[in-house]
Amino acid sequence: MTETLTFDAAVAVDVDVAEPVAARTRTAVEIHDGQHWVQVCELDELLPGRGVAVLLGAEQVALFRDPADGLHALDNRDPFSGAHVLSRGLLGSRGPVQVLVSPMLKQAFDLDTGRCLDEDTAPDGSSATLRRWPVRSRPSQALPDGVREP
Amino acid sequence: MTLRDLVLVGHGMVGQRFLEALFERPHDWRVTVLAEEPRPAYDRVHLTSWFSGTTAEELSLCPPSFAEENGIDLRLGDPAVAVDRAARTVTTRSGAVLGYDALVLATGSYPFVPPVPGHDAEGCHVYRTIEDLEAIRAGAERARVGAVVGGGLLGLEAAGALRAMGLETHVVEFAPRLMALQVDDGGGRVLRRAIEELGVVVHTGAGTQSIETGEDGAVRGMALSDGSSVEADLVVFSAGVRPRDQLARDCGLAVGERGGIVVDEQCRSSDPRISAIGECALAADGRVYGLVAPGYAMAEVAAAELTGAAGAFTGADTSTKLKLLGVDVASFGDAHGATPGALDVLYSDSRSGVYKKLVVHPDGRLLGGVLVGDAESFATLRPLAIGGAPLTVPAEQLILPASEGGAAGKLELPDDAVVCSCHNVSKGAIRAAVAEQGCASIPEVKKCTKAGTGCGSCLKLMGGIVSAELQAAGVEVAKGLCEHFAHTRSELYEIVRVKGITSFARLRDEHGTGLGCEICKPAVASILASLGNGHILDGEQGALQDTNDHHLANLQRNGSYSVVPRVPGGEITPQGLITIGEIARDFGLYTKITGGQRIDLFGARVDQLPAVWARLVDAGFESGHAYGKALRTVKSCVGETWCRFGVQDSVGLAIELELRYRGLRAPHKLKSAVSGCARECAEAQSKDFGVIATAEGWNLYVGGNGGMTPRHADLLAKDLDRDTLIRTIDRFLMFYIRTADRLERTAPWLDRLEGGLDHLRQVVLEDSLGIADELDQMMARHVETYQDEWAAVLADPQRLRRFVSFVNAPGTPDPTVRFVPERDQIRPARPDEDGHVLIGGTSLEVRSR
Repeated sequence: MTETLTFDAAVAVDVDVAEPVAARTRTAVEIHDGQHWVQVCELDELLPGRGVAVLLGAEQVALFRDPADGLHALDNRDPFSGAHVLSRGLLGSRGPVQVLVSPMLKQAFDLDTGRCLDEDTAPDGSSATLRRWPVRSRPSQALPDGVREP
Repeated sequence: MTLRDLVLVGHGMVGQRFLEALFERPHDWRVTVLAEEPRPAYDRVHLTSWFSGTTAEELSLCPPSFAEENGIDLRLGDPAVAVDRAARTVTTRSGAVLGYDALVLATGSYPFVPPVPGHDAEGCHVYRTIEDLEAIRAGAERARVGAVVGGGLLGLEAAGALRAMGLETHVVEFAPRLMALQVDDGGGRVLRRAIEELGVVVHTGAGTQSIETGEDGAVRGMALSDGSSVEADLVVFSAGVRPRDQLARDCGLAVGERGGIVVDEQCRSSDPRISAIGECALAADGRVYGLVAPGYAMAEVAAAELTGAAGAFTGADTSTKLKLLGVDVASFGDAHGATPGALDVLYSDSRSGVYKKLVVHPDGRLLGGVLVGDAESFATLRPLAIGGAPLTVPAEQLILPASEGGAAGKLELPDDAVVCSCHNVSKGAIRAAVAEQGCASIPEVKKCTKAGTGCGSCLKLMGGIVSAELQAAGVEVAKGLCEHFAHTRSELYEIVRVKGITSFARLRDEHGTGLGCEICKPAVASILASLGNGHILDGEQGALQDTNDHHLANLQRNGSYSVVPRVPGGEITPQGLITIGEIARDFGLYTKITGGQRIDLFGARVDQLPAVWARLVDAGFESGHAYGKALRTVKSCVGETWCRFGVQDSVGLAIELELRYRGLRAPHKLKSAVSGCARECAEAQSKDFGVIATAEGWNLYVGGNGGMTPRHADLLAKDLDRDTLIRTIDRFLMFYIRTADRLERTAPWLDRLEGGLDHLRQVVLEDSLGIADELDQMMARHVETYQDEWAAVLADPQRLRRFVSFVNAPGTPDPTVRFVPERDQIRPARPDEDGHVLIGGTSLEVRSR
């Protein structure tokens, strides 16, 4: 790539891979699983406006970094299709509400409350509101490459 | 922050709504919920659907994580048994004593069972909880005849359920008609007839004198007050409900003469620390509401009150519309003509089971009405009656069928007519949301006004009001791309091209609002890609792509992907076929031949995609862009090389075209074909651009389409030589990409194009706009800069990093992507099937027997 793209977030995605990794200041992303804060990845691994899937015990969490660097952790299961795909949805806004849009049938969910803006219930009658997990980022110890906290 | 203690007694529908409303707001309450039933709140309105297979889990209104997430101490099966107001404690059945700073009573109601002899015999039931329904179903297995005491809403639902379980069914109603509260005598007659036609025996004006039992103590029948008797071995009491106010009575709170905890407009009882909401409360307007919508309204008022916000419950509209045993029944406003001087307008057609009555004031205002058999006009009539505005159309026209001059559809609602009664939103408020607050769609209006977010019955009416208002405001509804851009796709394309914009963020900052959405992000990504801005996953572009583009594969229903390698012109070597077969076999993928003469490989997990691509790329294949709004395939017939009739090398041309335009991003997908003679075996005239060989050269057809709205392509130019043909297609495609709307195929684009085919000819053949050079250059740049998107991902660790199942466990396959065998291949497992987790390799045995 020859052009520099502009970003909302002050995070370079084109990390210089030649730089020694351990020398960088690291920011860890942690999700609270109900009992502990669990480190799941580093902030650098999250592309603003996009999500990743996280395996939290037996549960799947969709973790997003919004363009203003806010972090959001919601259920990865799409209540309308039953598929675990919400981490692959797009972020955006509807009016003042920041939303996640399901990649399957495009329903929008309020990122802050998990509520579905299009329908209250899934076809099976269950609530279409997504569970949310507390999530935070904080400076972490530099870990050697490839080593992750459990 | 010190937390205050709040105890909620009762976890029914209204209790749950109270909790939701409370936790939507900032507050300092530590909440304990005391529930009598063994399960959290569920949907009692749709309780009857349990008989037709809806499970208790599906009826649940409380997500499993709700209590935990909000830190609620939810105690199931441990109801409150006493309140000590002086000590401010609640005692539960298990003996726990809880202190409270605030106490909310949402204890609901209990079914009224007439105290006749035998009312508690074996075989007698009530109809209130899931446990009640379980008992009825168990009883029905041994029973032959069922009788329902009570011909109201719930009674008729119960009768429907008994009938569906194969019981001979009787309904016994004390009043002279069915649904006495909602409908009048005429409506009751039509309803009765419709229900009797279903085989249900209806007894009206008959009270239950006693329940007869056999020697074993079980129900055998009932004696009625009219002297008749009914033989029945199962009885369901559904004769109304009473407020559950015993707890309040015992601790000395004020209760109404006929029951119900007295509350003020803020839902506070006579003790300001204690509130009561829902069916247990006697509202400030002196009524006990047995409907869920007023209960919800009270729940919200109480939650507002407890979080320092304002709210008041002053009463609610009790209009209802429902379908009972397949019959529409609605009543609204002053349905019984109780207003002094009220007049009736009637329409009754017992042949077709329709009965309609409007109650009007002598001055012309609509007061209320009853609709049986056809309640279509309920949504329009109810707000008129509640708003009390004069009718603009003669009342008789509102109830006549359209074929007889009926005009209910033409009715204009006044601004103060309440459209959404769940949230009390008027037509004027909806119009203001559009005109003054800039809402341009139903979801925005819902968000802004809350209208349509309750029962949803007003959504259709709302839709009409919103579009009328948008039109009146001169908003061309379909013009802007979405709420973030007021420009069309082609306008944005020009902006991006002329200004040299290379990022969504800049385009949005300079020309849009908000954060973008699933419509504008992929559309802008496609424009950036059409104008050649590097790999579609690089930098910010990666965050704009729809999931298919983002994963360079096609998302399937279970979260797995399908992979389509390019097979230009449909020509493939035996070794190529073998390789694709081997790859599919090794990864356990399902294979199917596509309509575009290639092979689709289904069932790859996200984390398998790079490995699948690596094998394909190693064997000389590349991405087929089946996931993109881009060129898909150029189909071909075998042409003069083999065919006796062929006049040109159609396969050769198809391959050349496919390689030239591969990867070209467009407003929508592009399909093409080349036929070697006029027999047209490649079906080129159903493609976006199709070529048919002639003895002199090639005929070029454009704007064809198959699919949902087929369109035969138009002949753009005849007998072109190869170079002219390709130059003409180049310009056609680039002109389309430049001017089409988002997701507009060439067929509708051409239909819409001003000047039509002639104009298109002038632009691409005669350069009437003077843009031909530009179009040629853009295509040349596309051809030069094309790269295989799969190979580019495989070559770059940064891009590869996205293709993992879990960011914190990249090697763990997603356990929810499961398959079962079918016809010697795999298919996604349905939710009720176990399925295998496919770990790649040949681990899955595929056998259908």
